[in-house]
Amino acid sequence: MRAAFLAVLVMMLSACGQHQAAGPDMDVVLAEAPARTLAEYGLFTDASARQPAQGVVPYDLINPLFSDHASKHRLVYVPDGKAADYRADEVMEFPVGTVLVKTFAFAPDMRAPDVGERYRETRLLIRKADGWAAYPYVWNEEETEARYSPAGAWLELAFIDPAGEAVEIDYRVPNQNQCKTCHQMGDAIEPIGPKARNLNHQGPAGVNQIEDWSARGMLTGVPGDVPAVPDITDASLSVPERARAYLDINCAHCHRAEGSASNSGLWLGWEVSDPVKIGIGKHPTAAGRGSGDAIYVVAPGAPEASILTYRMNSDEAGIAMPELGRALIDGDGVELVREWIAGMD
Amino acid sequence: MRNLLIAAASISVLAACGGADETVADGAEPGSSVAEADAPAPTLEAGADFQERLQTALILAEEGSTIVMPAGTFEMTDGLTLDVHGVTLRGASQAQTILNFSQQRGSGEGLLVTSDDVTLSDFTIQETKGDGIKSKGADRIIYRNIKVEWLGDPDEASGAYGIYPVESSEVLVEASYVRGASDAGIYVGQSDNIVVRDNIAEYNVAGIEIENSTNALVNGNVVSNNTGGILVFDLPDLPVMGGNSTIVRNNAIQNNNTRNFAPPGNIVAGVPSGTGVIIMANDKVLVKDNRFENNQTADILITAYSQEFSDEDYNPLPRNVEITGNTYDGSGENPQGDLAQFASIMGGKLPPIVWDGVTRWGDEENSEINIFIDEPESVGYVNLGLGSYPIDVSAAAPSMDRPGGESIGAMPGIVLSRTE
Repeated sequence: MRAAFLAVLVMMLSACGQHQAAGPDMDVVLAEAPARTLAEYGLFTDASARQPAQGVVPYDLINPLFSDHASKHRLVYVPDGKAADYRADEVMEFPVGTVLVKTFAFAPDMRAPDVGERYRETRLLIRKADGWAAYPYVWNEEETEARYSPAGAWLELAFIDPAGEAVEIDYRVPNQNQCKTCHQMGDAIEPIGPKARNLNHQGPAGVNQIEDWSARGMLTGVPGDVPAVPDITDASLSVPERARAYLDINCAHCHRAEGSASNSGLWLGWEVSDPVKIGIGKHPTAAGRGSGDAIYVVAPGAPEASILTYRMNSDEAGIAMPELGRALIDGDGVELVREWIAGMD
Repeated sequence: MRNLLIAAASISVLAACGGADETVADGAEPGSSVAEADAPAPTLEAGADFQERLQTALILAEEGSTIVMPAGTFEMTDGLTLDVHGVTLRGASQAQTILNFSQQRGSGEGLLVTSDDVTLSDFTIQETKGDGIKSKGADRIIYRNIKVEWLGDPDEASGAYGIYPVESSEVLVEASYVRGASDAGIYVGQSDNIVVRDNIAEYNVAGIEIENSTNALVNGNVVSNNTGGILVFDLPDLPVMGGNSTIVRNNAIQNNNTRNFAPPGNIVAGVPSGTGVIIMANDKVLVKDNRFENNQTADILITAYSQEFSDEDYNPLPRNVEITGNTYDGSGENPQGDLAQFASIMGGKLPPIVWDGVTRWGDEENSEINIFIDEPESVGYVNLGLGSYPIDVSAAAPSMDRPGGESIGAMPGIVLSRTE
């Protein structure tokens, strides 16, 4: 009841602002083909996509997937009068018409990611009647237009990374099929991030996102006990917990029974408990030179002899894991997983 | 430029004539799909942005359509992907349409296919950083007149698999050529109903490998100068296990004496250089009417899985193997790898057919293995008599006595609903 009242209040408040455009254009959202430009969806009130339209809600994840240190701006739109159904372990069951927006941005110095930030690409996941569709949009240099780019793009980027190192990379905007590779779920495609365990913390608005979505009427069926993954940057938490949380968000969308890497038999989800399935004492399946001369995916106590860390610590096509979505090595992630393996008996 | 355009146009005309440029090894009539009849196949032009235009065409393709690539060599900087059902991707020929991936910056393979009823034909993929062409969950796929190769000498840094269908039902790989893979040239994994015929596989670690799969026919291939020729394996800890029912027939399996250049850790790194056919931990395998020549370790090796495992659903033993009607010439002269140590207690050579003699794992009871060797008495055979894994070389008790199994009988037929 109180939630409903809050939701009304939020709606009234947002209606009090200057003349906001109505929400997204559902004809464009639900059209069979993708729009030519991002602006046509009406997800934002400005051409540079800084101002969300009514009903388009920013959110974030407890642990983001590593993407060459990109800043990510995530938003969700659930059509008026509809709501996502809560699911405990998988992505929320979003209604038809839902749009998930993720913009990748870089600043000249990623130690201060808000200063001089440039939008580079925006990826949309749209829940259509027959399932999710994934569309990549690439921003022009002026950041006035993001154009549909099914073949993706290569962008030459130079910036100072969070550790203070100057880097130059060929940043890959994935093509539309590569989007699907990571988002594969059996024969369908699904979002990766918006699971209860990844959302259950204070989001960009400073309130708990599960409660907020529920209050807004965007999410129904929330139980009393909502799981949350450990924050991988929280040094007060145990290394194994944080390492498993890292593998969950960075690897498990492919490394699961329904994912693109299913044939490897290496399954890295948070809920997997079988030691061999998470790689302990497991021989490589189709790693080729990605094995790095190591015998086991995870060799307990020996990170230097583990394929998992070897592949995480490479930026070379054919060796590097994940195969898509990064040109750089996530040094902190490698360190965390190494520490986890080193501590195993 | 103008010549290229003309070439492209003429290919498109040919394509519109009903696939006249297709050749089918077994003489089946060339196909003409409904889509082709309705509209000429869109032909890509050579020139600037070819990779981007090709990838865009693969994404925007209509179901059932044909994409024709022109003649030429095209530099690729990223993997290609196809996810639309029923698409035919065709080049001018293996020799004329070449996609070169030596500048590849991303992706785990050159081309990834994830949709059903796809036909790939008449082009070459070279120098990929990872695998050559992978098709996953791609049912009824056809690879025809495809070349996948890594140039130069065999190299650990080459990609693992050349042609790599996995988790699929109804797979046809024919009239194709694979060279230089640091794992298997043609690798079919976790699949069902498979025909691999009339291909050439050379200078790979494994020429052709059928792994954790069922109902496969490997027929009429020339498999030479690999480390091991044809492997029929089943491995533990994979989503699909219980590999069975493979026929290896009418292949020429020669000179597979290339050094093993697989990166350690991979299962094929244990393949002794100079092995013709290896049957490992698989059920119902028929090796019939092949020609074996000059494989320096052995022509046919029947073996248990040799590494530790904890998977309770896994059977590490080979069983129901029938060997009949093959010819053998000049093999076993210089056994390599793990088999060298056994050869030394047998006068330095091995006969064409070798069984490790493992009938149990650890402390378990002996299992019925059933190996049936239906060859003239002049064809040599040895049972190394190892009994159990982990193996103990000093426990070897070699015996030349034939194992006295019985025929495994008729093999189930292989169903391919798409062959053209």
